[in-house]
Amino acid sequence: MALPVYASPLERVWYYTFRILCALIFLFLVAPILIVIPLSFNIEPYFSFTHKMLTLDPSGYSLRWYDTLLTLGVNAPDDAVRDSTWWAMVWEQATWVKAAKNSLWIGMWATILATVLGTTAALGLSRPEMPYRRLIMALLISPMIVPIIIIGTGLFFFYSSACISPDNWLGWLLSPFLSAKGCLANSHLGIILAHATLGIPFVIITVTATLSGFDQSLIRASASLGANPRTTFFKVIMPLILPGVISGALFAFVTSFDEVVAVLFIAGPEQQTIPRQMWNGIREAISPAILAVATILVIVSIAMLVTVELLRRRSERLRGVTPH
Amino acid sequence: MVDLTAAPEILRTADGRPLKSALALAQRKAKWRAFFLVLPLLAFVVLTFIVPILKMLERSVNHDGFSSNAPTMVAWFNDHPAGADIPEDAYAALVTDLKQMQKDRTAGAAGTRINYTVPGTISVFKSAAREAEKLQPPYKDALIASNKMWGDPLVWVAMRNASSAYTSDFYMVSADLKRDANNSLVRVEDNQRIYVYLFLKTFVLSIVITVACLLLAFPIAHLLAVLPMAKSNLLMILVLLPFWTSLLVRTSSWIAILQEQGIINDLMVWIGAFSEDGRIRMIYNQTGTIIVMTHILLPFMVLPLYSVMRVIPPSYARAARSLGATSWTTFRRIYLPQTLPGIAAGSLLVFILAVGYYITPALVGGADGQLISNLISFHMNKANWSMAAALAAILLAAVLLLYWLYDRLIGIDRLKLG
Repeated sequence: MALPVYASPLERVWYYTFRILCALIFLFLVAPILIVIPLSFNIEPYFSFTHKMLTLDPSGYSLRWYDTLLTLGVNAPDDAVRDSTWWAMVWEQATWVKAAKNSLWIGMWATILATVLGTTAALGLSRPEMPYRRLIMALLISPMIVPIIIIGTGLFFFYSSACISPDNWLGWLLSPFLSAKGCLANSHLGIILAHATLGIPFVIITVTATLSGFDQSLIRASASLGANPRTTFFKVIMPLILPGVISGALFAFVTSFDEVVAVLFIAGPEQQTIPRQMWNGIREAISPAILAVATILVIVSIAMLVTVELLRRRSERLRGVTPH
Repeated sequence: MVDLTAAPEILRTADGRPLKSALALAQRKAKWRAFFLVLPLLAFVVLTFIVPILKMLERSVNHDGFSSNAPTMVAWFNDHPAGADIPEDAYAALVTDLKQMQKDRTAGAAGTRINYTVPGTISVFKSAAREAEKLQPPYKDALIASNKMWGDPLVWVAMRNASSAYTSDFYMVSADLKRDANNSLVRVEDNQRIYVYLFLKTFVLSIVITVACLLLAFPIAHLLAVLPMAKSNLLMILVLLPFWTSLLVRTSSWIAILQEQGIINDLMVWIGAFSEDGRIRMIYNQTGTIIVMTHILLPFMVLPLYSVMRVIPPSYARAARSLGATSWTTFRRIYLPQTLPGIAAGSLLVFILAVGYYITPALVGGADGQLISNLISFHMNKANWSMAAALAAILLAAVLLLYWLYDRLIGIDRLKLG
């Protein structure tokens, strides 16, 4: 949008005012995210910039909050030698490390479930013959729209009654995945199922979007050349929709990785995740250790964003959709 | 010559079946194939989403705290229609139940159920159950002597309504209503009307946040739409980055920015706009909720606006200008009407998400920045499950109504992410 040559002085003023306004709004969007990065290196236990930080004095900065992430909850003296036994203790005991392991484990399974089920369903939903398409689509997207507090409340009631005794064969089979009492409440499986449900709308949306430009005659071409439906799926459909599937999976993973409300309602002490740990940290003693975690998460989200952006462009190129 | 009277020959497939029925069969098969692809997910969502919500709805109309612990009273209420005077045999039934409650330690549960509609009755039930063994007939006088509330017709109306496990009482309380002695609905006293006020406040705050999002999103969506693709893609990343960043990260960084010892206050003191004692509190109150939620929901407004603005041809605006319209008129009469679908989509989406928001108000809302979701969570923590469920059901109804509206106006298949 270049300024036209015939612009009046007033329009010139407005043109630059508008640009400055937009710059300020972009600053509002991004500054709160980037500000945590320098703050997390603060040597003082404050949430603000100290004088030393502002004058770029190196003694105002430290890695102590990142160190806290490793040492919090570890049963070892502060000056312990950092050998392999110390690292093994960190791996087993550190509160944040345990939370990260839980979050990754839950996020991974929730993503796999949501992606497999969501992609299959999206394939069905994009077929023109699909009956009750609109209604089913509305139902499958609704976990994204219904407030999480309602989902959490419902899951709490459902999971506390969804128990199966380990004495019967099905209960025995499922017992490793359930809580000690054989319930979905306070179990990893319960959270995985809940998070998969929350991630499904994202997979459906991204995969159906990829399929919307999908040329159905490619399937017929493949069939007429003698490929069976399985070969057609893996050799023709899958490569074309893969970018959409991967972005859907990333969305589902981020949803699970950032989810705290359902966890607060249905998880037990064994299912401490990163968001739950942060939640406790923000509500109780607010320490810059949270900002250190936040910085790590911001870097992860930048990496994810770049991945999805590259995938989207690849998908557009593959489908022959010209970028606007 | 063609014989027009002969039956027209039916078109057939190679194996001799009529083409019409073969086609119908093929279409039916295709339908089932598509449906079977969706079926596993449908079953999964029903199990992990629909069933829990149905459970919650059931909770909102079911509370057996009184009905299961006071069987004699339930029987008495069933045999006797509502009347003005409570006779002695009703009190005798009550004492029988109170004695049993004392043995089973369930007086608290029964009292809790009555307490929802007549506050202050838990302790009355507990102390009456403790003294039940010592009471002598006539029970009516003995009970009223121990606590005047036993003579209160409101308590009897409440017990009659609690004598069935299924009840609409929790919706009644959610609407700030109560029953008077004649069992008709009246509004509760002014100082106790909390729920309707909170619903209204949630509604108003959501509108404020939606409008704030719209005002901030409109300029940048426009800029993104008119810039060359390479530049706008770069700027788009600035919009998408918050979208991908953890909510808790964004909330904690806003705490760092807005708190009394935070960045904005420090800056203001440093440039001399505020004195050291004049620092203002911008977080842990309603202002904090509005600022942080606007930031969090802004990308949901930018994206639909952008996708609409991008396809608006610039030639219309140019035509208007060449016909003599001022730039303001061009904006108001040509550009703005064309962006309406985007405004509608973005505003509805942001409003729907804002109405049910929980995390941000809970962390930065303080006392006056709480929304209805936070009250649901409060009742859940206090184990007032039916009360929480009733409030959640009302919120759910509102959200589903908006969702239906969204689907009618915009269509959910046009929902896009990035």
